[in-house]
This record gives sequence, C-alpha cells and structure tokens, in this order.
Amino acid sequence: MAVVMDADRMGRTLTRIAHEILERNTAPADVADLALVGIRTRGVPIARRIAQVIHGINGHEVPTGALDITLYRDDLMRHAVGPQPLVRKTEIPFSIDDKRILLVDDVLYTGRTIRAALDALIDFGRPKAIQLVVLVDRGHRELPIKADYVGKNLPTSLAQSIQVHLLEIDGRDEVEIQG
Amino acid sequence: MKKDLLGIAELSSEEILLVLDTAEAMREIGQRPIKKVPTMRGKTVVNLFFEPSTRTRTSFEIAEKRLSADTLSIAVATSSVLKGETLVDTAMNIEAMSPDMIVVRHASSGAAHLLARICKSRIINAGDGMHEHPTQALLDAFTIREHKKTIAGLKVAIVGDLLHSRVLRSNVLLLTKLGADVWVCGPQTLVPAGMEQFGVRVTTSVDEAVADADVIMMLRIQQERMQGAFFPSLREYFNVFGMTAARVAHAKPDVIIMHPGPMNRGVAIASDVADGPYSVILEQVANGVAVRMAVLYLLAGESEGD
Repeated sequence: MAVVMDADRMGRTLTRIAHEILERNTAPADVADLALVGIRTRGVPIARRIAQVIHGINGHEVPTGALDITLYRDDLMRHAVGPQPLVRKTEIPFSIDDKRILLVDDVLYTGRTIRAALDALIDFGRPKAIQLVVLVDRGHRELPIKADYVGKNLPTSLAQSIQVHLLEIDGRDEVEIQG
Repeated sequence: MKKDLLGIAELSSEEILLVLDTAEAMREIGQRPIKKVPTMRGKTVVNLFFEPSTRTRTSFEIAEKRLSADTLSIAVATSSVLKGETLVDTAMNIEAMSPDMIVVRHASSGAAHLLARICKSRIINAGDGMHEHPTQALLDAFTIREHKKTIAGLKVAIVGDLLHSRVLRSNVLLLTKLGADVWVCGPQTLVPAGMEQFGVRVTTSVDEAVADADVIMMLRIQQERMQGAFFPSLREYFNVFGMTAARVAHAKPDVIIMHPGPMNRGVAIASDVADGPYSVILEQVANGVAVRMAVLYLLAGESEGD
C-alpha cells in the first residue's frame, strides 16, 4: 500500500482545481451560474471544499448539492450480485436550469458512475453546461467520458485499487494505491 | 430481503429499518420536476386486486411508474374471477406471462402466502383478509419516525375494530419489534382473543389508551367483514370509542393522529379531529408512495432464495 497523495498535497490540489475552474469560467455571469454537485459518497465533501476555496478567492457562494446515482446504475437487476445497493438521498436544493454544473467525484475509472450521474442530473433540469471534476483519474475508461479538471492522473493496472480517504468521512486526508 | 413481502412477521427489525431508510431517499424523487428514475426499466409488475382499493392500488401504481416498471392493474370486477376462476388458476395464468412481481390483495387471509409458494414472481402482500397489510404498517412507521425521530419507547394507542383489521396486526408486529409501548382499544366484542401474547396492552377504555399517548391510530369499523352484531349502533360506537377533540386532549400535546383510510367521518373519528392540527392522515398517504418504491426496489434485487 503506497500513499500517493497526503493531506497537504490534497489541499493544494483542490485549491489549484478551484483556480482552474475560475480561469475557465471567467465572465462574471459564468461565475454567478456555477453550481457544484458532488456524487455520493466522497464527491460530496470534495465539492464542499472546492466551494469553500472559491468563496475564499472571490467571496462568491457557489450552491452545492449531493447526488446519489444508485437508482441510475447500469448494473442494477442485470445479473443480481447480492442484495440491492443502499440508496441514499439526493439533495440538490437549487434549480439546475441554465446553471454551469461542476460534477464532482473522487475517482474517475470506468466512467459508468459519471454516465449514471449525467442521466440523473438531466432529470433535474437542463443545465447550460456540465463539467467534470475528479480528484484522481486512474484510467481504464469503458465509456467516452473525460474529466475537465483532474487533481492527479494516476496510471494503474486493473488489479490495483485506489482508496480516497477524506477527513469528513474517514478522519484523514489521503489517497492510497493498493496491489 | 427475502423473495417476497408477505407480512411484517417475516421481517427482522434491520429489514424494517432498511425499508424506512430507503424510503427516505425515494421520497425525494416525488419532489423532482421529472418524477421518475430508470431503476426498474423492463420489469413487469401486476397489481392483482380481489378487493376494492383506492389508496393502496393507486399508491402501488404510482410507485411502480416512478421506478419505470411496466405496470398493469387487474380489478376483480373486470376479471375472469367473475366467471368462476380460482385464485390459483388466475395467478398461474398471470405467471405464464412472466411478470417479475405480483402485488396481491385478497379477502382471504394467507392468499399472498399461497401465491408465494406457487409463483416464481416476487409477491407483495397488499392486504390479505384479516391477516396482514405490511406496506401500510411500514408507511405508518415511516410517518411516525418522521414526527418522533424514533419508534422505541413511544406510547401508541390503536383504537377501533381490532378483530377485522389486518392493519392492526401488521402495526402491532412492527411497532413491538421496534420497541414501542402499544395499547389496543375497542369494544370487547371486537378484541381478538389472546391479543396480550403479542406484547400489547388491551383495554376497553379509550381514555386509558389515549392517556399520554404519542401516537393515536384509528381503525375503521369494517362492516363488510362483520357477520353479526358487535355493538348496538354506529352512533353508540362513536359515543364510546369515537375519537373526539375532548379525548385527544388526554394525549401528549404533540400527539399525532393517524388513520389508514378509508375514513368514516363521525364513526371512528370526528371530522374536526381528522382535519385538525394533529392529523397526519394525508401525510400517511403521501409517504405510502415512497415506502412502496422502497419495497419494490429492495425486492427487485437478488433474494436469499435465489
């Protein structure tokens, strides 16, 4: 097991991503339209932290929501692999119509979670644009999906696994690679 | 979860809480502009109702549609049952068209259990005779939990026609599993023998049942199931057992009043109570959809028997 990102590095990575977001969405109207949506579980605290950093930079409060994609998974009820996965609450307390949505997840892998998240988001309205933010991109895409903001590109083998630990959930900030 | 949902008797308290937690997430779907998720795409659910129903059948249908299942409802008035077909034959014929789930309501206790034994489809009991009505008890528990945060330790008074009520049986089983202090109250002629063995307290005094109650649950007088005279008149019943504002005053100040419907105003419950500030009767109906979505979702996965 090797640590590939420690707490300090994670903090700086999220700060850099926040700056990149503001560089890509420069017009004041664009900034006003920004909204963050974190994918449960670990995308949610990451989205909240990015919102904090943006607030620190320009004082703007970016609305932040949480999305549970379980009911949109493409492997549900296909070949049953045990009891149904736990469904948790989706909480998007704002209209996503005409917003520039920043979809946030911890690890980008096959792309299937993001596909499900895009379908779920569209059921909430018609955003102006959706951009993808991930802390780690580990490759092995199975769908044509690409992140707009990447914390760290981490080439992996299929046998390896990536574990993202976050203070809010796991009591520490760390990204580990196993296998 | 097991293959079927036949009654609360077959559920562990962990499974009950899993349904309630899943229903929390399902409820949000009903508040979206597009009230639908693709989860059960391609699954077929047949609602087989041998008894009249407005709430339960509508609630199941909406829940199924919100999960994108293909759904059809068979009401006995339009079915071959009128031509003399038996329950088993009707079920086997429906089964031959390979649905994934059958939601069944029947006047005979044990009808859902019988179908579960002979059908490959998952069976959901939407009320069998005087036996169980599990999704009603689950949505009642969901509603109670929403108002009281927990169920353990609450005093719940259930008042009315205890003898004929499947809602009572399912609620008693569920509430005692989750640790509530359950009181049941009704005319002696409508109290089933041996109620005490379910861990509830039995009384014929409404005031005793309602005193300091956190929850009051009213049950309808089921005249369609009554063969005999259980009390002199509906007016006398209301005078002795009807829930009036004066009786509610003995309960806790934050008491909630529930009724599974259909409601007969002026028989079990006074109109001003049913429409009053403590009443959560319409919330129960709203929560029913989320709870049934949770049950459908949880049963659609792999089961212990597969």
